[in-house]
Amino acid sequence: MENYLSLFETYNVPAAFWVNIQLTFWAAIWALALGTLLALMRISPIASLQWIGASYVNIFRNTPLTIIIAFGVLGLFGQLQVSLTEDFNLNFFRLAILGLSVYHAAFVCEAIRSGVNTVPLGQAEAARAIGLSFLPAARLVILPQAFRGAIAPLGNVLIALIKNSTVAAAGSVAAESASLMKTMIEFRGDLVIPIFLTFAVGFVIIVIPVGLLTTWASRKLAVAR
Amino acid sequence: MSVQQVLFDAPGPKARRNILVGNIIGVLLIAAILTYLVIALGDKGQLTAAKWTPFLESRSWEFFILPGLLNTLKAAAIAVVTSIAVGLLLGIGRLSHLAPLRWLAGLIVEFFRAVPVLLMMIFFWLALGRNNLVDDPTFVAVILALTLYNGSVIAELIRSGVQGLPKGQREAGMAIGMTPIQSLRSIEVPQALIAMLPALVSQFVVILKDSALGYIIGYAELLQNARRLGVGEGNLIQSLLIAALVFILINFALSTLATRLSALLSFRTRATPRKQQPTGAAAPAPSPPQRDAAEEGPSPV
Repeated sequence: MENYLSLFETYNVPAAFWVNIQLTFWAAIWALALGTLLALMRISPIASLQWIGASYVNIFRNTPLTIIIAFGVLGLFGQLQVSLTEDFNLNFFRLAILGLSVYHAAFVCEAIRSGVNTVPLGQAEAARAIGLSFLPAARLVILPQAFRGAIAPLGNVLIALIKNSTVAAAGSVAAESASLMKTMIEFRGDLVIPIFLTFAVGFVIIVIPVGLLTTWASRKLAVAR
Repeated sequence: MSVQQVLFDAPGPKARRNILVGNIIGVLLIAAILTYLVIALGDKGQLTAAKWTPFLESRSWEFFILPGLLNTLKAAAIAVVTSIAVGLLLGIGRLSHLAPLRWLAGLIVEFFRAVPVLLMMIFFWLALGRNNLVDDPTFVAVILALTLYNGSVIAELIRSGVQGLPKGQREAGMAIGMTPIQSLRSIEVPQALIAMLPALVSQFVVILKDSALGYIIGYAELLQNARRLGVGEGNLIQSLLIAALVFILINFALSTLATRLSALLSFRTRATPRKQQPTGAAAPAPSPPQRDAAEEGPSPV
């Protein structure tokens, strides 16, 4: 037991989780913005924009996240010298956020589209009947209801994003929890199972309330019909 | 699917003009993005023949890409089989009439669904490697992590499939003298599996994508080999793009299969929603709601 507690003096476990939470937070914001834009493109009447949206979703939904993140550090940074900031470590952090956002935007787009499916036909007809064209109809009538119908699938994407933030380990973000767990196990091989359980339970503690919260919110905010 | 037609009317002359303008802008946008990419990559010397010709040589494929793909497919195929086995066990456990068994299965499922696959993979890799329990710790770690996570997801699929069945199925089983477990095994679960087949195939996409996590622990799968090839030939970007392309093609084929299956099977599972006529709901060509989830394709994990 004393051995186990001494781990927390040597290694800053909460800080590692904090890195994952930060990655999740920024990636969630960017993915939500990009995903909404893609969903708008996919439901718009303009064929070329539909095509862009559909291609984006099909490409990124079918690519492993690990490749995207690895591409960020090996390709964008290593080969093309793309840097999002002067700070060496912060750059990896931001490239990981970029990769996570690009990947999850495809799933956000599909979640919002499934939300659009929950909006009754009459709503779109009514919007047209009072003379709204596509964009105002989408902004004022369709999307507000679609978002409320999409909370449950969006919540699933958020949970996946929290867990996937560990893949930033492939993008040289050494401060996040999967990398820290690896270091800790390598140095303290006598405590393999307690170390794993610590991190696993940490994720359970983060993920399960998010799941309960989004389920509750999707019921609470569902459009009464 | 057909929601697109719902949001706007058949266009009149003015709307047709607007759509045309929009299309021109869209095409210009695509062209601009592509041109920018080509110029940017060209400036960095990424489009020179030397960066691409390695993919015309057989040794790149023979020693790097194909062995990597083989390892990826091997891990994914084994993980699919073991995940289904674990999923069946846990799924039947969650549906058992014995409360403790139900709780235990529920606890296992919820735990492994909440823990990132990468954490499990690193744990098994280091734990197995330390104790010299197996010959190839990276491979076994990939399989174990994929199995525990996807087995839990499949258990949930089976559970929701069984719960979506008409009550009469179970009652009929009981009426002819089956025990609850017999009725589950030979009546309910087989039907649930068929109904959930599209979602199951979508889960295979997740397994294939997640097998790329093996890259992080050094399993010689497609991404790892593509990186090695790229480092050797000095064409990392091109190698990673080829690896991504291979993944996209396989996964796209699997996703298409899932969509086809769900269309094919929709008549088999139409038994329950007989009485709930869509009262002005959703799309004009209504597909029952439970189908939509399956049509969504691979999930982000």
